[in-house]
Amino acid sequence: MGHVVIDVMLKPEILDPQGQAVGGALPRLGFEQFTDVRQGKRFVLTVDGDVTDAHLAAARDAAEKLLSNPVIEDVVSVRAAGADEDPDQ
Amino acid sequence: MKVGVVTFPGSLDDRDALRAVRAVGAEPVSLWHGDADLKGVDAVILPGGFSYGDYLRCGAIARFAPVMDALVPAAQGGLPVLGICNGFQVLCESHLLPGALIRNDHRKFNCVDQRLVVENASTAWTSDFEAGQEITIVLKNGEGGYVADEATLDRLEGEGQVVFRYAASNPNGSYRDIAGVTNERGNVVGLMPHPEHCIEDGYGPSLDGLPFFTSVLRQAVSA
Repeated sequence: MGHVVIDVMLKPEILDPQGQAVGGALPRLGFEQFTDVRQGKRFVLTVDGDVTDAHLAAARDAAEKLLSNPVIEDVVSVRAAGADEDPDQ
Repeated sequence: MKVGVVTFPGSLDDRDALRAVRAVGAEPVSLWHGDADLKGVDAVILPGGFSYGDYLRCGAIARFAPVMDALVPAAQGGLPVLGICNGFQVLCESHLLPGALIRNDHRKFNCVDQRLVVENASTAWTSDFEAGQEITIVLKNGEGGYVADEATLDRLEGEGQVVFRYAASNPNGSYRDIAGVTNERGNVVGLMPHPEHCIEDGYGPSLDGLPFFTSVLRQAVSA
């Protein structure tokens, strides 16, 4: 069983209210050194067997069509999870 | 005239939209997300609510429902389509309208009587208004911030595709106070406020929702 990991982030110019809320909570816990927080999304797609180039191509297509909205988001990476990597962790 | 209202899993205001259609003397027709069939309607409303629980992005999963396979080409062919709140989000995700809706900049769910200025009174859904007219329509959303890149915003303003602008105050951080937009042809309109809640005395702050529905009715009669 292989896994494709897809990371999606809001475009830098798009306001991120959720990230701002998280950023506002950090100093209250004593984390004063972080000046900004941006929150993104990770998708983990599972396939039978090892991840092939065809799987990655299909994942890129899915990432553009459904998993992200190109008006406000960038697909920052589409990659196969390493053999010793548990993508759910 | 028959006006269809699509029900998605999680639609909330489909019944009110059907009621508004009936109130102006048109025939309301329930459409189902799982049917790639528009049942011969003359116009379609995508209602407010939380289709698919707003999972992934608001409207992102509804956009791929079977009914959209019929609706998208029909809209591109000129069928009048109105997207209200979640319906507006679905239209943006479908790329029938430009831009996108993101979480309110203040991060709170908003529920207010919202003043709007009608900027474009020549669309299928706004011809019974006057350009520049100020109206009050209820607004209720958590993710109503309208965004698009600068070039798109400039184009929308230049082509008259901004249909409604927030007046008095901007309730959600929408760029350039944009509350609603239309496509180039003027048959597809989306807005965050809820005209279907402003059609009867005793419910809501005004009757300013009625002209949305009489406009499309008039269009069908004259067509």
